Amino acid sequence: MSKINQHILTCGGTGCRASESKELAQNLRDEIASNPAIEGSVKVVECGCFGFCEKGPIVKMLPDNTFYTQVKPTNAKEIIEEHIVKGRKIENLLYTDPVTKEVIDESKNMGFYKKQHRIALRNCGFVDPENIGEYIAREGYEALGRAIFEQEPQVIIDTIKASGLRGRGGGGFPTGLKWEFTKNAKGDQKYVVCNADEGDPGAFMDRSILEGDPHSIIEAMAICAYAIGANEGLVYIRAEYPLAIDRLKIAIKQAEETGLLGDNILGSDFSFKITIKYGAGAFVCGEETALIQSMEGLRGEPNLKPPFPAESGYFQKPTNVNNVETLANIPVILNKGADWYASMGTEKSKGTKVFALAGKINNVGLIEVPMGTTLREVIFDIGGGIKDGKKFKAVQTGGPSGGCLTEEHLDTPIDFDNLLAIGSMMGSGGMVVLDEDDCMVSMAQFYLEFTVEESCGKCAPCRIGNKRLHETLEKITQGKGVMEDLHQLRNMSEVIKETSLCGLGQTSPNPVLSTLDNFWDEYVEHVEDKKCVAGQCKSMLRYVITEEDCVGCTACVRVCPTNAITGTKKKPHIINQDLCIKCGACMDKCSFDSILLIA
Amino acid sequence: MSKIKSLSDLRKMREDMLSSLELRENADSDQAMVQVKIGMATSGIAAGAREIFNFFASALPKRNIKAIVTQTGDMGIKYAEPLVMITVPGKEAVVFGKVDIDKADEIIETYIKKGELVDGVVPQSYKTI
Repeated sequence: MSKINQHILTCGGTGCRASESKELAQNLRDEIASNPAIEGSVKVVECGCFGFCEKGPIVKMLPDNTFYTQVKPTNAKEIIEEHIVKGRKIENLLYTDPVTKEVIDESKNMGFYKKQHRIALRNCGFVDPENIGEYIAREGYEALGRAIFEQEPQVIIDTIKASGLRGRGGGGFPTGLKWEFTKNAKGDQKYVVCNADEGDPGAFMDRSILEGDPHSIIEAMAICAYAIGANEGLVYIRAEYPLAIDRLKIAIKQAEETGLLGDNILGSDFSFKITIKYGAGAFVCGEETALIQSMEGLRGEPNLKPPFPAESGYFQKPTNVNNVETLANIPVILNKGADWYASMGTEKSKGTKVFALAGKINNVGLIEVPMGTTLREVIFDIGGGIKDGKKFKAVQTGGPSGGCLTEEHLDTPIDFDNLLAIGSMMGSGGMVVLDEDDCMVSMAQFYLEFTVEESCGKCAPCRIGNKRLHETLEKITQGKGVMEDLHQLRNMSEVIKETSLCGLGQTSPNPVLSTLDNFWDEYVEHVEDKKCVAGQCKSMLRYVITEEDCVGCTACVRVCPTNAITGTKKKPHIINQDLCIKCGACMDKCSFDSILLIA
Repeated sequence: MSKIKSLSDLRKMREDMLSSLELRENADSDQAMVQVKIGMATSGIAAGAREIFNFFASALPKRNIKAIVTQTGDMGIKYAEPLVMITVPGKEAVVFGKVDIDKADEIIETYIKKGELVDGVVPQSYKTI
């Protein structure tokens, strides 16, 4: 029994690791090792992210393709004894559809996976990211090999141009064109930079790709280097991504040992090496000129463009900066051809896009769909709809640079241009779903808080303007707003957009503008009626005691920190609204449900 | 790890590595592999299941059939041991009883290859979830 005939794939992404998937994998290995009947025939593989983070840790059993969810380290024994040894599926670990309540045993039958098309995530949750052999078995480094030996640099650039691939970091600039600019720039030394400074709150696709398939990035960087005439590459990654850094380091070492990186790759005269540069996790460093400054050891501040990095970048040398997800597409495009890639997507946005689903949605996770898929399909078919049967209110796309879209936008096919046209943007692909309990003014305030914190301070509109925007929003959520403030918000937003130096300031008012456009009534309600229907703005809520239900037990009086509750024993009490600080302690304490929160 | 010195070396390495991923590659596709499960509890082994296991494990690859041969526990139908459960993709699993080497050979040639049932099917009184 020495031939391996069963694989157990466990998720080794950051999310599932936080739920002890590493211990689970170890327990599975221990169980297998202690059972002589199956030892040597079952292999445990720790893969990258499966995307179904909502129900992690995920375990996939092969060959029968059983998909187990929320598996704990203590389940290892049962999985080995029942599933492996006796061949019985463990029902309580299978996935139950949140809407139909149906138990589903294979991932291909789950709504979450049915509409997905995985290109950038092709190897995530499939190969062992710490084993270069498995990447090679999946046509890995084939595109690089063919490029070096069989293709002229211009042919590669033409292929990428024809594929229609656009930068996945947010800007959507045509990748092939960027490569061509850098190739044509004059310079004795050129650089390839991978931008892994993923900063949008709620976006984690770049991290997942680096964790689950680091070799695809190495291969793509090498191809880019060959195409533009560079021999040095840098990966700029935030130090907050320790697992991604570890896996990338292992992958670089393996590629060097096998001769796929370093001098004379595959015996050719092409040489390329990669070094890792760490960022401290500043949002602005995702902007390419700020990123380059940071890599040079300077303060992470953006510069005026032009000159573009393609002409004068890292140490004033021509530099090509691409985002992780963009690079992950490169080897597949070269293997399968530009026509294949261009056959997917919409007229101006080709291929697929990875989205990180978060917020009030049933299936939180990482998904990849063809461009042109509608928001409705993403949220309801793949995302499984809104949690707890609540009503959909809005979806925030593009992180702090994007906007909130409503019900009426749900049938818009998602691509770069469509999202811009309706007042949001693709950004790096974060998608936060909001339900009826979310207040749109608070939402805008949250994003502005982030921008204020992350603004580098170099230019005044962004440094001062965003601060003012945030103050005004704060005033409104505290119930002190006047109608003039709403007009002021719009004016300031427009000025900030037009006069800021870099992408951060040029997009930071988007959450304000889009909520003003789509939820004007909610702003007016906050200002004129001092009312927050979602019940999020605490200052506008009142705790009251209903006379009929109150038995006068005095429990609330004793927990109130400001002595705002008065009344005699066994008689209904009342809350003095002037003293109440809205901590909610009385409501938690009341055993008779006699305290209500009203807007 | 040894150095890969040329494009043909890389392709050779891929060929070598393919078999280790075959199991995963085929799991989601329509050409999934034939699954052969052999009841190998104590009684099954006593009835000769191990020989049958070894036969399937060696004969299938030789005859170019992509299959996974695994052992499983007691199938509960002890009078008919050794038991072999065959799952051809797209079809319900079928259990064959009292399988010897000749019968195993017939199962491969007639049922797995041509899709025609052969004698010796044990009716299943239960369903596996």
